[in-house]
Amino acid sequence: MLATGILIFPGINRERDMAMAVEQSFGKAPRMIWHKETDLTGLDLIIIPGGFSFGDYLRCGAMAAHSPVMQGVKAHAARGGYVLGVCNGFQILTEAGLLPGALLRNAGLRFLSMDTMLRVERNDTIFTAHYQKGQVFRAPLAHGDGNYTADPATLDRLEGEGLVAFRYADENRNGSARAIAGIYSPNHRILGLMPHPEDLVDPLMGGSDGKPLFDSLAAA
Amino acid sequence: MKAIVTIMLKDGVLDPQGKAIGHALSNLGFGQVGDVRAGKIIEITLTETDPAAAKAGVEDMAKTLLANTVIESFKVEIAG
Repeated sequence: MLATGILIFPGINRERDMAMAVEQSFGKAPRMIWHKETDLTGLDLIIIPGGFSFGDYLRCGAMAAHSPVMQGVKAHAARGGYVLGVCNGFQILTEAGLLPGALLRNAGLRFLSMDTMLRVERNDTIFTAHYQKGQVFRAPLAHGDGNYTADPATLDRLEGEGLVAFRYADENRNGSARAIAGIYSPNHRILGLMPHPEDLVDPLMGGSDGKPLFDSLAAA
Repeated sequence: MKAIVTIMLKDGVLDPQGKAIGHALSNLGFGQVGDVRAGKIIEITLTETDPAAAKAGVEDMAKTLLANTVIESFKVEIAG
């Protein structure tokens, strides 16, 4: 079982949903990690949840990306550790340089709070083994800055090297380049995505479309 | 010594905020409005007294934190 930690920054508000999703699939509660900790040794998987870290000041994720705990996350990533960033967590990973590109203001300027459909681009990673390749599943959106962008060379590289994790399968509501909803690092051990699979992991939440992601990690 | 950092989205990066401001100006009857781009200005008071060193220091700050050079460009001016 992956030893798992969830980072908490001031202004993060989805850490409990994430912890619940992890505990449900893993059978064990994750360690909750305050942003001033720096020693993350002993963990296999670090999750950066959604929210509005540091009030989204300057740019979404910019302040959190330079906080003390991120030195530990960078060392963890350099050791080949697994990292999952959702929503603000994805923004933090791009701001920290652990994933390429950036998340701009939604093309329509509106905050998006609704469900979207995601297509699984590959199911041979630790995050997606319990999905089928090409499977389309439902995931809630809750963001104002989810418009993924990168220069054309980076986008070509992401697509050419199989680093696109998920694409918007119904409507590309935030205007993301090439309908990209989530991407991997080159070793497929870091995943960042804007929608919230942790918000649909139990029929009581209205569905369990996001549960296979956590089941995939639990089986690793 | 004070530094003024102007941060703008790079040319070619969609600026929906600028577009919305442009639409609002047109709606208000300002017919001469063309393209509008929105950015931000950050003023930093410095203890450094040498203008060249101050500029170099603030450019380092801009690259490290103030601007995301994937999507933004910046300009540093040193005001006395």
